[in-house]
Amino acid sequence: MRRSFKTMFYTPYMLWLVLFVISPVALIVYYSFFNIHHQFTFSNYQEFFSSGTYLTMTANSVLYAFLITLFSILISYPMALVISKLKHRDLWILLVILPTWINLLLKAYAFIGLLSHDGLVNNIFQFFGLPVQHMLFTDASFILVAAYIQIPFMILPIYNSMTDISESYIKASRDLGATNWQTLTKIIIPLTMPGIKSGIQIVFIPSLSLFMLSRLIGGNKVITLGTAVEEHFLTTMNWGMGSTIGVVLIISMVIVMLLTTTKRNRRRS
Amino acid sequence: MKKFAMVFIAILAICAGLAYGSNQLTKSTGDSGNKVLNLYNWGDYIDPNLLTKFQKETGYHVNVDTFDSNEAMYTKVQQGGTNYDLTVPSDYMVQKMKADHLLVPLDKSKLTGLNNYGASFMNKSFDPGNKYSIPYFWGTLGIIYNDQDVKTGSLEHWNQLWSKKYRNDIMLIDSARDIMGFSLISMGHSVNTTNSREMIAAKDKLNRLSPNVKAVVADEIKMYMAEGEAPVAVDWSGEATEMMSQNAHLHYVVPTEGSNMWFDNLVIPKTAKHYKAIYAFLNFMSKPENAAQNARYIGYSTPNTAAFKLLPKKVREDKQFYPPQKVIDKLQVYRNLSAQKVQQYNDLYLEFKMNK
Repeated sequence: MRRSFKTMFYTPYMLWLVLFVISPVALIVYYSFFNIHHQFTFSNYQEFFSSGTYLTMTANSVLYAFLITLFSILISYPMALVISKLKHRDLWILLVILPTWINLLLKAYAFIGLLSHDGLVNNIFQFFGLPVQHMLFTDASFILVAAYIQIPFMILPIYNSMTDISESYIKASRDLGATNWQTLTKIIIPLTMPGIKSGIQIVFIPSLSLFMLSRLIGGNKVITLGTAVEEHFLTTMNWGMGSTIGVVLIISMVIVMLLTTTKRNRRRS
Repeated sequence: MKKFAMVFIAILAICAGLAYGSNQLTKSTGDSGNKVLNLYNWGDYIDPNLLTKFQKETGYHVNVDTFDSNEAMYTKVQQGGTNYDLTVPSDYMVQKMKADHLLVPLDKSKLTGLNNYGASFMNKSFDPGNKYSIPYFWGTLGIIYNDQDVKTGSLEHWNQLWSKKYRNDIMLIDSARDIMGFSLISMGHSVNTTNSREMIAAKDKLNRLSPNVKAVVADEIKMYMAEGEAPVAVDWSGEATEMMSQNAHLHYVVPTEGSNMWFDNLVIPKTAKHYKAIYAFLNFMSKPENAAQNARYIGYSTPNTAAFKLLPKKVREDKQFYPPQKVIDKLQVYRNLSAQKVQQYNDLYLEFKMNK
């Protein structure tokens, strides 16, 4: 009786997992072994790991994803630190998260309006007598916009881990004569490490394949693996190659997960 | 929480009510009755006044459903469950749909006014003898420039794009066949070449264009050009029409050494049911006065030569959209290539995009 109740309780979750997590991944892996003529083959993987194009693209994607993650940490960490000390901190954090309520495409178009030739930023430059800058379609603008979009996802876990730090730790470190800098580097940063790590996990992987931004803001001068996936699925209908890139992305996600979780487990055990 | 749930349910109920209402309304005009024609067309690609006129003349009501890409239209027709009587694929898609047995051949004995169409626009490689398709509009691939930055008439050939003058000035439409195509033409090769050596040479030549390329973008290119983000672009004439209607400084050129020529065509998909209405509509659209009215509304080039003669002089003499015959003779239509060659074109194009 009890067991059947338990199975009943688990079934919907198991079904969910099988339908929406396991089977899509299995399908991607399955498709990655077929060429355009629907024959079974390993050639997609061979091509991926022997072609200069795909390897450069992977290197590019990792580099851009790294930079986007780095900049979002650099901006998010001090911001989270300041907000966690403020009086109405819940309100402030809400304001930081607010942009996630707006559709990604709309945000991208808003940035086009800001950064374009006759955009707001250039108008301000001209007002101060500075020459007009070409900002759209540069690496810098791509990283800026991508980091802007990822910041809420980086700031939330960091902020949560900061508010979890007991005030007494900070007081204790002060009592023991630590300077503000020492308190930050020896107490706050180590204690918020789990937050930073989950922030990295959430931000890094999507940044590997931001194909829409790389076209709208990067003008396809920034080519990531996402661009190739889009092309294989929509233009050339080569689902095999597209899936192969998908599998590579999944594997790199697993690697990032392993790299960012080992330390935490060791400490807990 | 309870309030929230109430509001949520209220919104759902209103949406469901509206959806039901709109469904009833479309049903009452009926797409299952006999006096109808179901047209599956690109968005805003026919003069609505023509549809009213057609109904007045013949009694058939036209239901229009729209799509935004050949591929989306193909998938919907192929999957079935629709009852479209006519649709408007581009050239290569006609060839693909024909190969996949999705088209019904035209019964020429029921068609009138076929001789209104110009010889340059009929019997093209994608549908020899026009067994399945009637051209609806046609256009080209060309260069758009802004006369505030580029002297009017100074940019007329593909090879000029490689000039140092245009460093970081050019926007390209994100389309493998078109970009590889103009590089091939600039070297005197066919846009349908399957010769790997020619294709690689075209890619190498494109790599040398990279310093001049500001961005490779899709539909946004219209907005960017209209706003003056870049002085030069490579795009289709149809898109150029839209940009030029927003910015009077823009001009369109079809290089005299040749370019691509594209067609949108009326075809009967496998799902068709109302054949009387279909032929009535095809004949109605072939009439010069109707084709001319449609061309004036859409602004694209009409393949209907009799209709062309009815257009205002200013439009007829516009070399941008009606290039002289000796240029038309040099235009090439894309052929549907094998899956491997399509892949090779796209791979080379991707390599060009990665090149900085």
